[in-house]
Amino acid sequence: MSQTNRIKGGLIDRNQVMNFTFNGKAMQGHAGDTLASALLANGQRLVGRSFKYHRPRGIFTAGSEEPNALVQLRSGAYQEPNTRATVAELFDGLTATSQNHRGSLEFDLMAVTDLMAPFLSAGFYYKTFMWPRAFWEKLYEPMIRKSAGLGSLSMEEDPDSYDKGFVHCDLLVIGAGPSGLSAALAAGRAGARVVLADEDFTPGGRLNAETLEVDGTAGADWAAQAIAELAAMDNVRIMTRTTVYGAYDHGIYGALERCTDHLASSGGKPRQILWRIYSKRAVLAAGSTERPIAFGNNDRPGVMLAGAVRTYANRYGVTPGQQVAVFTNNDDGWRTAADLAANGVAINAIIDTRDAPAVCDVPGARHIRNAAVVDTVGRKGLKSVTLTDGQVIPVDCLAVSGGWSPNVHLTCHQRGRPTWREDICAFVPGADLPPGMAVAGAANGSMTLAAALTEGRAVANAQIKALGMTPSRKAAPKAEDEPRDCAPFWHVGESKNRAWLDLQNDVTVKDVKQSYREGFRSVEHLKRYTTLGMATDQGKTANIPALAIMAECTGKTLQDTGTTIFRPPYTPVPLGALGGRSRGKDFRPYRLTPSHKWASENGATFVEVGNWLRAQWYARPGEQGWRDSVDREVEMTRNSVGICDVTTLGKIDVQGKDAAEFLNKVYANGFAKLAVGKVRYGLMLREDGICYDDGTTARMGENHYVMTTTTANAVLVFRRMEFARQCLWPDLDVHLISTTDGWAQFAVAGPNARNLLRKVIDAGHDISNEAFPFMGCGEVTVCGGMPARLFRISFSGELAYEIAVPARYGNSMMQVLMEAGKEFDAVPYGTEALGVMRIEKGHAAGNELNGQTTAYNLGMGKMVSQTKECIGNVLSQRPEMLLEDAIKLVGFRPVDRSQKLIAGSHFITKGDEATMANDQGWMTSVAYSPSLGHSIGLGFIKSGDTRKGEVVRAVSPIHGTEIEVEIVSAHFIDPEGERLRA
Amino acid sequence: MIINHPLLGPRDAAEFVYLGDASLIDRPDWQAEDAAEAFYEYGYLRDNPAGQHQELWYHEQGDRSWLVVTRDTLTHEISKVEMARDVARSRGRSK
Repeated sequence: MSQTNRIKGGLIDRNQVMNFTFNGKAMQGHAGDTLASALLANGQRLVGRSFKYHRPRGIFTAGSEEPNALVQLRSGAYQEPNTRATVAELFDGLTATSQNHRGSLEFDLMAVTDLMAPFLSAGFYYKTFMWPRAFWEKLYEPMIRKSAGLGSLSMEEDPDSYDKGFVHCDLLVIGAGPSGLSAALAAGRAGARVVLADEDFTPGGRLNAETLEVDGTAGADWAAQAIAELAAMDNVRIMTRTTVYGAYDHGIYGALERCTDHLASSGGKPRQILWRIYSKRAVLAAGSTERPIAFGNNDRPGVMLAGAVRTYANRYGVTPGQQVAVFTNNDDGWRTAADLAANGVAINAIIDTRDAPAVCDVPGARHIRNAAVVDTVGRKGLKSVTLTDGQVIPVDCLAVSGGWSPNVHLTCHQRGRPTWREDICAFVPGADLPPGMAVAGAANGSMTLAAALTEGRAVANAQIKALGMTPSRKAAPKAEDEPRDCAPFWHVGESKNRAWLDLQNDVTVKDVKQSYREGFRSVEHLKRYTTLGMATDQGKTANIPALAIMAECTGKTLQDTGTTIFRPPYTPVPLGALGGRSRGKDFRPYRLTPSHKWASENGATFVEVGNWLRAQWYARPGEQGWRDSVDREVEMTRNSVGICDVTTLGKIDVQGKDAAEFLNKVYANGFAKLAVGKVRYGLMLREDGICYDDGTTARMGENHYVMTTTTANAVLVFRRMEFARQCLWPDLDVHLISTTDGWAQFAVAGPNARNLLRKVIDAGHDISNEAFPFMGCGEVTVCGGMPARLFRISFSGELAYEIAVPARYGNSMMQVLMEAGKEFDAVPYGTEALGVMRIEKGHAAGNELNGQTTAYNLGMGKMVSQTKECIGNVLSQRPEMLLEDAIKLVGFRPVDRSQKLIAGSHFITKGDEATMANDQGWMTSVAYSPSLGHSIGLGFIKSGDTRKGEVVRAVSPIHGTEIEVEIVSAHFIDPEGERLRA
Repeated sequence: MIINHPLLGPRDAAEFVYLGDASLIDRPDWQAEDAAEAFYEYGYLRDNPAGQHQELWYHEQGDRSWLVVTRDTLTHEISKVEMARDVARSRGRSK
């Protein structure tokens, strides 16, 4: 196919030929074309099938408001569905396909849906597929989704990257049409920091689409000169291909820049950038959008908006048809006739709903007054139109204008409501604009070019003054006021056939009337009942005519009928852009422990713990599975010595004269009397009395404490302690620093722990049991003078220490410890062995401190002091939390030792039925204990502390298992604590 | 949103963590006769005003100050930002 509809002129570069395909058909266009203009140039009128009825559809507009021409671009993983052909910039090698049809575009098997249309009106699905209820999810919805719908995803990972950007300015100018350019010039000349954003790839707005003049120059040329002047200013940033899609709080705007969508390949650069624009002030110069008139079969390919038809002629050098008629209720429609006639295109008729004289002279065109189009002919492309008086006019393109609606969207993003202006038949921005925003030009209802240019400058100058700057004196650019009279006319009442309002959702005049009859009369109900104004175009062309028809039904004014609420985004924003770099592994970057390098070189398998990657176990050659490694690590630790990186635990440095008193308030147990050189276990409660976190705190000096928290709560505990310090007890002399990242810390556990450490800690530090007993702490030096901290604490239940060195020496410290441990057969152990040993010892961890349990449940009720002020102690004494049969933490072992316990099992008393009513508690943690040779568990069970020796059933309906278990002490290993005091 | 930090100037709300009603500063007296009832109200009951609201924000990605922000819940307009410590002291909190 050749470019049969190409005419002279336009802002395209005819020297650059772009080859592309549509549904596999090879076509050619030029640089400066959109896919839509190139398709029209090639005579391709049919470009898609409609959402619901599978009606043949063509290109309707020339901009981002396009409801019809949604296509799929590119292929493979780069495939992108639902792209508006009207804004897709043509590039060499582009492949595009139509969507929403079975079989070919020309012979869509689903077009049969259209024959069923009388049954498929608004609310059809709601009413029809009610029964049987279960069928909706399994049968009806999947079936409907398959027959309706838009394009399809590639189901492959998006290979492109996306970025986020942040930019600050004095004045943001949204839209680079006449009013936006005028505003940007005024602000730029005054020296303000200006960001000028426009969704198009060629700034200029309607100036590029019209034959109007500015300052005696062709509009498009004037726009190019204005852009050149702005580009030369250091204080102005021009962002083309950038849609400002939302107006947010405090002058922040969201914008999407399409950086490489116009290129065959992104070449490794971000495809799109999501900008957050911080503005002191903003000028909205978003222009206006033309709307159609509803009449019978007004959805045929070839029926287009009048302004779009002349955009294709003036900007792209393309005529959408060879025999064109104009159907208008306003003066502006006449411009289309005049501009096409000037390009030699035959204008068969100008059908004006008004009984008014000709607006201008259009050679060869018949002016039919006081008339309207009632119907059209031509299923896959317009062939003729029929007028109210019955006469038939052969045409292949009908340019329709129902007037222009200011693009008020962003003025409403903070709940502002627009106001109806009868004189221009349009909603204009209301009084409640987002703070800092002013509106200029057509977006403000100033519809003529001269008015837009003048208002752009005036509004920018007012904003500049409000910022305390001096406006430039240069006058506004000059232009003529073109005729813009408009008489309201929404729908040709004589039409018998379906008259479309919302082309994207297949909503007709009949649907709106039905919605009215069935009581869905508010605009928000109308929208939800008929789907009017939903999907990618958000009803930019459809909403106002539909609201006008609802207003006719209800007898209300358009002002009283109102619009639905406009919300961001103005045009679709891809999820990829919203995600930006936060995807895959970058969604949440890992934190590596100080000994990560050593661990990865020594066979560690890693596990995510919060943000951290921790060694889970260290496999050795010959081991068959993780259990082999974990059992060995436990046994070797309990028999000799094991080493584990415990840096991830939160560390908070607490200093100050009142540090002890402060700790006394944030911990439930007493800290006032902790001696220097001693460590104590601490339990934190929430204010509601539920356990929050636990850890140890060491008193390093008179006014110096080092607290540890759980890994998961490190950040939250610190935040909460700052709250206590600043908001609850502001006069306590205490200061906090998070030192989690500052110190690498290693647990050295097992009967040989002291022997190993003696080889590493410098001579002169006495770490004998007498000098450095259980729960002791102190500063030492290692490896010949390096400062370190030593804590004699034990999570495993063994003789154990934790040794901390500055984080940068962490990896070396691990090497040194392992080297020194060789003679003891020291083993590194991971989080699994750590977990097994803490279950064997009966220590509570995250599974037990799960945000539902109290100190009383954990068997630590007596620790909660009632003789001091501390967070949570008052509400911990609520009677409901201290019931006698409350759940208590105990240990469990299978009666048949060969059975494996299952975490999450619920306990049922023997002889009772396994029902919720008979639930006695649940198993929180289980492990295979290499030390005991069988499975063990921790869990909560009612009155557990007084039921030791009783056999109950651990039931897991999910696994279909039931195991008899004996209630035992949670301390499976060394209940007297002899090992850790050794 | 932008919060005008009393020490650091205007900062993006993304740097902050939101906690809630600034009434959380007014922690009851643990030794009062009605302490249980007072803590119940402190812990569970909040006003939900359509309009001016004093609330706690924590500058976690900044200087770790807790701030009391007076914000209109209808417009998000922020009319006042204070250091929470100053507010706490002015409400009689000390040690």
